[in-house]
Amino acid sequence: MIDFTGKMNISVKDCNLYYGDFHALKNINIEIPEKQVTALIGPSGCGKSTFLKILNRMNDLVEDCKITGSFKIGNIDIFDKETDINALRKNVGMVFQKPNPFPMSIYDNIAFAPRTFGIKKRSELDEIVENSLRRASIWDEVKDRLKKSALGMSGGQQQRLCIARSLAANPKILLMDEPTSALDPISTGKIEELMEELKKDLTIVIVTHNMQQATRIADNTAFFLLGELIEYGATDDIFSSPGDERTERYITGRFG
Amino acid sequence: MSIRKIFEEELQNLKTQLVEMCRLTEQMISDAITALLQMNRDLGKSIAQTDKLVDEYEMSIEKRCMRILLKQQPVARDFREVSCALKMITDIERFGDQASDIGDLVYTMPGERYIKKLTHITAMGNLAIKMVRESVNSFIKNDENLADTVISLDDEMDELFVTVQNELIELIRKDSSNAEQAITLMMVAKYLERIGDHAVNVAEWTKYNETGVHLKY
Repeated sequence: MIDFTGKMNISVKDCNLYYGDFHALKNINIEIPEKQVTALIGPSGCGKSTFLKILNRMNDLVEDCKITGSFKIGNIDIFDKETDINALRKNVGMVFQKPNPFPMSIYDNIAFAPRTFGIKKRSELDEIVENSLRRASIWDEVKDRLKKSALGMSGGQQQRLCIARSLAANPKILLMDEPTSALDPISTGKIEELMEELKKDLTIVIVTHNMQQATRIADNTAFFLLGELIEYGATDDIFSSPGDERTERYITGRFG
Repeated sequence: MSIRKIFEEELQNLKTQLVEMCRLTEQMISDAITALLQMNRDLGKSIAQTDKLVDEYEMSIEKRCMRILLKQQPVARDFREVSCALKMITDIERFGDQASDIGDLVYTMPGERYIKKLTHITAMGNLAIKMVRESVNSFIKNDENLADTVISLDDEMDELFVTVQNELIELIRKDSSNAEQAITLMMVAKYLERIGDHAVNVAEWTKYNETGVHLKY
């Protein structure tokens, strides 16, 4: 059984990823510190989402996808034969751009993962559901309609529900792929606050196209371009005085 | 016109205004020195009028910077340029204040003969004008070396100040009736020396704009 109780920093060395002949990630080396928010930015198709997906092996089922390099979370080798992929995904949760609640009740959405882990006791599930919804700052809004369908919630609520659903598995790392791009500013604000709160316990890696969002919430920012990691550093530095001309051109909107 | 083009035009307008504001303060310092040398009380008094114009420039540039920050949320060099401009105008406005203060001193001075030749004070005035002009130029031209030059000129300014100070102390020692005028001239020298300090501040912002690091010299 792999142990996710140690340090949860992410260390990637010499990462190369190919979709067939297409070289999608080129020699990526990056150290992502634990319990911080790290933003991945870059134009569409630059490889940032592909990189994010490596971290909980979401590319495993992509046909013709070949990955080389060293990928570690703490001491755990993500691609080691001994690494149980279910345990990996339990500990490395993911939230997507489009909220994707299951077509079932709010309660059952949250209880879904704990049930698959074998938790059956009602009181225990109740506790997990309440805790997860509280951590995702949505408990007060849904506590009186837990048995109602999750599909009846607003987009912003659905996204926080999805975050709560990830939290129910008690992950150590949360991957977020443009989690607020479909949300209004109020919902976006709530999710940003949530990230600030969650990073006390979790390592968060977020893909975002919103530069201001990166400056607001990320401790570190990585800029990807055409499959390469161009620049990586403290967010304040990247946005006030980037070291690479390409970063400068991208964040100031001078590309193209 | 693309959003980026509009932004670049905004930045250009901002710089043009900065230069105009700076030219006004140069003229004020020049007038202050002329008024002093010629004991021209009317010219001395008129500088305060120009100072109002400088204050208006400060408000206008400040407003422009804030509008850019609000609408464009600039980052990287764009961000540094706008925040530098926003910080610089405080120092440029002080150039004007100091010149206007010298003008006021000239206006209130009794029209008697000077107790000494104003050679060093004139040199300070010319140096102040040079530092003022080049500090703002260094920002406009993105010229870090020019900013360094301005910073090093401040040593010259400080030396001149000490020279003037020593001369005036000597004159007071020789004849206590020199004291009143000596103190006024001392204040003029101090104002000019302060202009040098503000020019150094502007040059430091140029260096921040070019390097991303803000150091105090």
